[in-house]
Amino acid sequence: MADLAIDLGFLKLRNPVLTASGTFGYGLEFAPFMDLDKIGGIVVKGLYYGPREGNPPPRLVETTGGLINAIGLQGVGVEKFAADILPDLRKIDGAVFVNVCGASDDEYLKVIEFLDRQDGIDAYELNISCPNVKKNGLCPALDPDATYALVKQAKAGSRRPLIAKLSPNVTDIAEIARAAEEAGADGLSLVNTLLAMAVDAETRRPKLANVFGGLSGPAIKPVALRMTYQAASAVKIPVIGMGGIMSGVDAIEYLIVGARAVQVGTANFIDPGAAARIAGEMKDFCERKGIARIADVIGTLKKD
Amino acid sequence: MPHDSVAKIIKKQSWGDYHLFRLETPEIAGGARPGQFLMVRVSATPFPLLRRPISIHAGEKDTLDIFFREAGQGTALLALKKEGESLDIIGPLGQKFVPDGAPIPSPAFLVGGGRGIAPLYFLGRELKNSGVKVKVLYGGKSLADLPVKAKFEASGLDISCSTDDGSFGFPGFVTGLLEAEMRREKPGILFVCGPDPLMKKAAEIAAGRQIPARISLESMMGCGFGACWGCVKRIKKGGGGEWRKICEDGPAFWSDEIVWEEGE
Repeated sequence: MADLAIDLGFLKLRNPVLTASGTFGYGLEFAPFMDLDKIGGIVVKGLYYGPREGNPPPRLVETTGGLINAIGLQGVGVEKFAADILPDLRKIDGAVFVNVCGASDDEYLKVIEFLDRQDGIDAYELNISCPNVKKNGLCPALDPDATYALVKQAKAGSRRPLIAKLSPNVTDIAEIARAAEEAGADGLSLVNTLLAMAVDAETRRPKLANVFGGLSGPAIKPVALRMTYQAASAVKIPVIGMGGIMSGVDAIEYLIVGARAVQVGTANFIDPGAAARIAGEMKDFCERKGIARIADVIGTLKKD
Repeated sequence: MPHDSVAKIIKKQSWGDYHLFRLETPEIAGGARPGQFLMVRVSATPFPLLRRPISIHAGEKDTLDIFFREAGQGTALLALKKEGESLDIIGPLGQKFVPDGAPIPSPAFLVGGGRGIAPLYFLGRELKNSGVKVKVLYGGKSLADLPVKAKFEASGLDISCSTDDGSFGFPGFVTGLLEAEMRREKPGILFVCGPDPLMKKAAEIAAGRQIPARISLESMMGCGFGACWGCVKRIKKGGGGEWRKICEDGPAFWSDEIVWEEGE
């Protein structure tokens, strides 16, 4: 029996599979399809302090092997989350990460300050990389100084471990990763979606009302895997890799390049039991290869 | 509660671009009600990536029928499936066409255009069985777009048809037929499903005559069960309205709740 447990340093996970923010709702939507106790944990959909309206439709467009979304972080806000959703999330065995958003630095801090007073949260994922909130996909994670400043403030204001979610829409991911590490992040997660667009040639109109959106799904896996490798090679803090993971073997590839855990995203939409299935497939892989502990796979890329 | 399930196609009928599958799915069929839909996986590969939302056309104890039109890459692949093959489906999803406790004043007019007729067969039979007088208005571009007309007749449902090209029935849009029929008999309620312009026009007609109407909206969906927040429509709830999920809060809404956006 392969041991799937992973130690992130600040948190131990039953297995390396988390669900990616924005693709798993607030978690309980998936209870009809999957035993939530079979995965390492969930990352709750991004929360601003108050309810947020999100972008007008169309918000989604399917592309070859991928999906572009411009949801714009529609959500219920922290107060409703704490009152109506968190009590049920506390019943699951796995880790609960809350994805923290803010329209300003102050709002990020206000969200953390509120959530710090709630029980049943294991860590925060600081969403500094959503491409759908500001014009042209602007976000703090595009700039090392902005990343450093925001992570530093958020970490100082938080009683819980904090990971920073990074954007792929940068020239040098290692530089951003190091900035987050220096600012005190307990870990990194990457990648958020790739800034993208789709056009209808018949009407010459953008297919998304927001014009730009974030590309996810199997189409982005090679890019995300490369960036996970670069970031994991640049920092000592744990890296959680994501982008286009559809199978256990996909997830194993992320561990090989240095990720200590993974997040499953778009796959949840197509196969709502995907995260648990992928954890099972990772175990099968280990058993097939005679690997006793999945942790032994991490950072084992052979280059010679 | 929805299930992710593998269903066998035990019967297939095709009329040009239109197809009907009967699916053996006791797990899902038992709980399915008119107005609900399935998310159907059209390919085992990631091309195309997403499931397709398809209305439930009829339901028995162990089987569900789906009726759809080839409208793009996904439904074209779906149409290639043969009798005896299996489909990966999630369902039943969405709310019922008739909300619990809502009064259904007779007669109920069921207005469907093209593939939008799909959920109205299931609904028409349920309403008729519960003693509501039902009139079905079925529109298409031409007679070839009315393939399931005979099924309604065989079920003893009163049905009138319209064609845009005048090749059969009332010449013009089905909303024109609706206005003509309303001059003869005032409906107690409308149930509408079809292209957006049809639904918007039907909502206007309902508002003008102060007739309640349930409109079943269509949208591209990422997941179909409320997780992705991709399929929203602006719905009035007290104040100015908010983006509500078609998959979870709909697909049917009261016509006076729906805010139609510019260009629709």
